[in-house]
Amino acid sequence: MATVKEFRNEVRPNWCPGCGDYAVQAAIQRSLGSLNLEPEQVAVISGIGCSGRISGYINAYGFHGVHGRSLPLAQGVKLANRDLTVIAAGGDGDGFGIGMGHFMHAARRNMNITYIVMDNQIYGLTKGQHSPTSAFGFKAKTTPAGNIENAVSPLQIALAAGVTYLAQGFSHDVNQLTELITKGIQHKGFSLINVFSPCVTYNKVNTYEWYKEHIVPLDQFPEYDPTNKKAATTKVIETDGLCTGLIYEDNDRPAFEDLIPGYQPTPVADLDIHITQDQFEKFMSEFA
Amino acid sequence: MHMLQELSWKVGGQQGEGIDSTGKTFATSLNRMGYFIYSYRHFSSRIKGGHTNDRVRISTVRKNSLADELDILLAFDQETINLNAHELREGGIVIADSKFSPVLPDNVAQNVHLYSIPFTKLAEENGAAIMKNMVALGTSAYVMGLSPDFCAPVIQNMFGRKSQKIVDQNMAAIRAGFDAMSGQNADFSSFQLAPATPDHHLLMIGNEAVAFGALSAGARVMPAYPITPASDIMEYLIKKLPSVGGVVVQTEDEIAALNMTIGAAYGGTRALTATSGPGLALMMEAMGLAGMTETPVVIIDTQRGGPSTGLPTKHEQSDMFAALFGNHGEIPKVVLTPSTPEECFYATVDAFNYAEKYQCPVIILTDLALSLASQSVTPFDYNYVEIDRGNLATPEALAAVEPGKMFKRYERTEDGISPRVFPGQKGGIHHVTGVEHNEIGRPDEATNNHIKMMDKRLNKFADIELPGSISYNGDNDPEVLVVGVGSSVGAIDEAVTRLRNQGIKVGHAQVKVLSPFPAKSLQEYMNRAERVIVAESNATGQLFHLMQLHGLQHKAMTSFLKYDGTPFMPKEVEAHLKGAVPAWQQ
Ligand SMILES: Cc1ncc(C[n+]2csc(CCOP(=O)(O)OP(=O)(O)O)c2C)c(N)n1
Ligand code: SF4
Ligand SMILES: [Mg+2]
Repeated sequence: MATVKEFRNEVRPNWCPGCGDYAVQAAIQRSLGSLNLEPEQVAVISGIGCSGRISGYINAYGFHGVHGRSLPLAQGVKLANRDLTVIAAGGDGDGFGIGMGHFMHAARRNMNITYIVMDNQIYGLTKGQHSPTSAFGFKAKTTPAGNIENAVSPLQIALAAGVTYLAQGFSHDVNQLTELITKGIQHKGFSLINVFSPCVTYNKVNTYEWYKEHIVPLDQFPEYDPTNKKAATTKVIETDGLCTGLIYEDNDRPAFEDLIPGYQPTPVADLDIHITQDQFEKFMSEFA
Repeated sequence: MHMLQELSWKVGGQQGEGIDSTGKTFATSLNRMGYFIYSYRHFSSRIKGGHTNDRVRISTVRKNSLADELDILLAFDQETINLNAHELREGGIVIADSKFSPVLPDNVAQNVHLYSIPFTKLAEENGAAIMKNMVALGTSAYVMGLSPDFCAPVIQNMFGRKSQKIVDQNMAAIRAGFDAMSGQNADFSSFQLAPATPDHHLLMIGNEAVAFGALSAGARVMPAYPITPASDIMEYLIKKLPSVGGVVVQTEDEIAALNMTIGAAYGGTRALTATSGPGLALMMEAMGLAGMTETPVVIIDTQRGGPSTGLPTKHEQSDMFAALFGNHGEIPKVVLTPSTPEECFYATVDAFNYAEKYQCPVIILTDLALSLASQSVTPFDYNYVEIDRGNLATPEALAAVEPGKMFKRYERTEDGISPRVFPGQKGGIHHVTGVEHNEIGRPDEATNNHIKMMDKRLNKFADIELPGSISYNGDNDPEVLVVGVGSSVGAIDEAVTRLRNQGIKVGHAQVKVLSPFPAKSLQEYMNRAERVIVAESNATGQLFHLMQLHGLQHKAMTSFLKYDGTPFMPKEVEAHLKGAVPAWQQ
């Protein structure tokens, strides 16, 4: 069985030194290495952004699509081959700006895929514009006088959209992140792992230090029950979206694939796609 | 007695009154008797209310367009008469529900007669007012010299499972209409339809032919977003795909639809999506991705009236440029323009083979008249359906990839086509990106690499003309050559036949492929003609300009445009052609 090593390739990421995305890359590789998977059984589908490059930095099938559309692409891959472990990944702009619609619908559709967002509260690749998760008042190239829009709460939106696995991690804690990703992959349904992944170049506010001061690890609440949606929603609001750990999971709802009428256990890509002459004639006779 | 070889019939009323099902029952019954049907529905984007009508041409031989004139109009309200009676031929008839005290407007042809029949009352007497449609069908049967039982098998199919009583009531309502008409003691001899030669043909709309083509070609994943006039395609496949292990997903929008289609094709299935103009516009970025990543996808665009929301329920052919040039950057693609349901079926089968052979997006461009007109068609040939998945990596090639090395998914080959692998295959790991890339799919933005890869992708169609790119009929050395595209084939053919019967030399070339454009063949047809007229349903002459773009030349080439939301009629084409040649305007 493959270990973490097999999921590494020789490509050197073009991320800045210190970028939070390295930790996410490492956590994904470690997680995959622990799951008894071979690299060819995994497809990493990413969007556009600094973070979107991640599909090229993991030894697995990788598809780097267009900005904001990693989720539809990933769901298509999963529909074609339900045996694959499908991971979608990208930035906060990619997922909660241009791709917000897909995010909510993917959560509600609940296909068995894992979505990892590298949330740095900034547009990194395009060199420092504000993002949908930038705080009110945040100054960026496109908000010289301070952001006059409210930040979106991806966690609240995920819960409202019916997500069945929700976790939040921090690039500083690779061990926890690895565990959250592993559980997310094992979860039978859509999982979101939102990761505070600092951009050391363009976001001088939300730095590693800032996150260390502000995040609220959920493991300090021994009574916290991640299967209770009401408690999860309350905690997300109470912590202003800064809680980390496993926030919510619903293991009762079947995945989308298990509800599709006529959908086979065999991947669609492996089915014989020829129809017999009898089937053909029968279909045709309905037009008589 | 002189019998008609064809007859044109229309039923009209308010949307939601069962006008469609009346037309459908009528058309299906006659189709089963061996008549050839061409039926076209006028509707608006409201569900209840608003005028709607269904116009049916019944003929003893195949016709691919509506008839110029109407023989019989069935009306459930005065608005139907006001809006449609002018289409009646001299001596045509209106049969209307006496309930609304119908009157004929002034703008009707000579000797048009109105028969006021108590549709609603007779229906109520036989069970329920909703059967007024059946009463109306009965009146038609009498006028046309058909048995009142002509639609019994269809009625049986429709209601038999519910209850025999409903079947009997409907049949009684038909008979009541039949008797009421015979009670008029009028001479309907000019409406008697010649018997049909028994022949088995199907009745379907272009959308169904496309959908059935996709099913037969092995398409198993269809993500799509509903839009008129494309929705029937996903609605057909959502009923059928489960029986073969496939799936239709209604996505959140068309952007998701095409991206998901790309994912499914990359994942190893044959996948398609279907839309109309507004959705096509939303798909453009993803189409570029499919071209750049050489992912085979099939996109159906059922053109409707644009721009913007435009005329959502009306006919137009104005997405040709969008389909050809709408995406940014330059990618290879195939654009097919079938003109009949049969061609829709075969073109869809071809589309999946082209997509996988050339590894690029294939667009099937239909138009509203083709998508929605219900036509008699020759049963499709099972043996035509061959599935060719193109260049796939062999097990030997995959086994030969050294551990830790990437598969050359974008290997530069002589024909520009590289072997494909699907995720899950050992030895096949490679990268895919919309960024310019090298042979293993890694980003490579170097100038010489970009040139090489652009050439690799774009040269796939160098000097290629796909089979059946143009159909031609008419004289070899025509005074006028008409060039058309899409559903206009029937109207143009009919006009051409009429002119040839008058001893005028005309030819008709219908273009079935817009990309790769069959420039060479079309130029040859043009060279033989004195004049060239390009007929298309849009305001700017897109096909005309496309021909010029491809360097086609002719000393006398003009555009014939129609963009009022309705398809070409045979007489319009005939009149235009006659008007084009001074010597023909006796
Ligand atoms: C349709 C489209 N619009 C705009 C862009 C330009 N663009 C590329 S990445 C990006 C935002 C990146 O921000 P984020 O998703 O947060 O990723 P990060 O770079 O921060 O990891 C933008 C606006 C694009 N590539 N495509
Ligand atoms: S710009 Fe920011 S997000 Fe992009 S690589 Fe550098 S640190 Fe990371
Ligand atoms: Mg970002």
